[in-house]
Amino acid sequence: MIELTDVHKSFGTNHVLRGVNLSVPKGESMVVIGGSGTGKSILIKSILGLVTPESGTITLDGRDVNQGDRDAFLARFGMLFQGAALFDSLPVWQNVAFRLLRGSLKKPKSEAREIAIEKLRRVGLTADVADRLPAELSGGMQKRVGLARAIAAEPEIIFFDEPTTGLDPIMAGVINDLIREIVTEMGATAITITHDMTSVRAIADKIAMLHAGKIRWTGPVADMDASTDPYVDQFIHGRAEGPIEAVR
Amino acid sequence: MSTLLASVGAAVLGFLAAIGRLALFTGQTISHLVRPPFYGREFGNALLQIGYFSLPVVGLTAFFTGGALALQIYSGGARFSAEAVVPQIVAIGMVRELGPVLVGLMIAARVTSSIAAEIATMKVTEQIDALVTLSTHPMKYLTLPRVLAATLVMPLLVGVGDIIGIYGGFIVGTERLGFNAAAYLQNTADFLEPLDIISSLVKGAVFGFIAALMGCYYGMNSDRGAMGVGRATKSSVVAAAILILTANFLLTEAFFSA
Repeated sequence: MIELTDVHKSFGTNHVLRGVNLSVPKGESMVVIGGSGTGKSILIKSILGLVTPESGTITLDGRDVNQGDRDAFLARFGMLFQGAALFDSLPVWQNVAFRLLRGSLKKPKSEAREIAIEKLRRVGLTADVADRLPAELSGGMQKRVGLARAIAAEPEIIFFDEPTTGLDPIMAGVINDLIREIVTEMGATAITITHDMTSVRAIADKIAMLHAGKIRWTGPVADMDASTDPYVDQFIHGRAEGPIEAVR
Repeated sequence: MSTLLASVGAAVLGFLAAIGRLALFTGQTISHLVRPPFYGREFGNALLQIGYFSLPVVGLTAFFTGGALALQIYSGGARFSAEAVVPQIVAIGMVRELGPVLVGLMIAARVTSSIAAEIATMKVTEQIDALVTLSTHPMKYLTLPRVLAATLVMPLLVGVGDIIGIYGGFIVGTERLGFNAAAYLQNTADFLEPLDIISSLVKGAVFGFIAALMGCYYGMNSDRGAMGVGRATKSSVVAAAILILTANFLLTEAFFSA
């Protein structure tokens, strides 16, 4: 269970998170929606410790995420970044097996490569991409490699930051289906950040809407369309008119 | 008046804060030297990139500088009939000053800029964040191998630069200015002292440390976007060049002031 309580984060005068409260039970796929610049990415970066909140608490299974063995904590996570964030200087298989080639999860090189190729197959890529450099791949392939890297060490918790941004609708559908399948078969807890409503419906068990630095609404995906919240209604239907200002 | 004082105060505070941040970054880099894990492959790669691939630019710079120095000393020395000191002055000039400083500046141009641009790009594309989520400390993986490699390999580069610079002077001296080859080499060897060579190599190590550290520091602290990467790269080279020249003065003072 991931639990955020009254989390605040500012950058100068820009108060991004203004008291976020959110619970994500084990094994649940939570999708956080909200407009651009509302702090969705900062939210997951705060959980991972990439950003330090000014106040509030973030716990994982009841323990403060800022205390205890950091390596052991991070070993429980996998993350797919918005731009895939693959390491340019490493071939694809070493990107996927990065965690398996060093640190506490280190395995022999041949075994790590085998696992990397198996994970690449899992995300629909053939073994021949293993020795290519990330720059030689298309955007969709890079996203899939990023996904393979996120699941390579079989983490308990996976974060997906804008997994379909910049992809064509077909590739976005492929990525959405992959995320749903992987989260289900691994039994992982997932938090996905997106403003793509197709992704939301494909991936989510539950939805939280972040607006003005707070969780505005949260509920099961089935309840989203029936929500009476005007902010949720405007967002999911993509209307310019409504309480959310179009110019921000 | 108070506005002027406030802006001067803000500038001074900003400068001191920058020094503090740089000092902390330096301390953190050094502290990772004694805390595992170490990334040998990254270190080896940095040795290759900073050392081996810098040899052509170092060699060419040193060769032509040594040759030009020989011509200058010959024509300048002719004003007071001191043309014969060309071998000695080329040797001492290259080993004590021009070798380490020029190699340092060439490394600042070639390596500092490359490190800063690479790390800054990694930062803006979230690769640094990705490293953290993969339980890898960015300073251990990116900064320490580069700084350590530059510190260790720069004395070798400076040594090579010194030799090639003296050789450049030798070629000009013997082929253009009519010096006897054996006498030229004998004068060079007789005139150089161990302290000249030690100071040159120590300067190399210090300049290498500065060059790589500045690249890493500005890369890690880059702003977002293409402008951020460009600014980080420019600032890293400027800072490295200024610090190398400052360190050169201080080291020269320390080695030769007596």
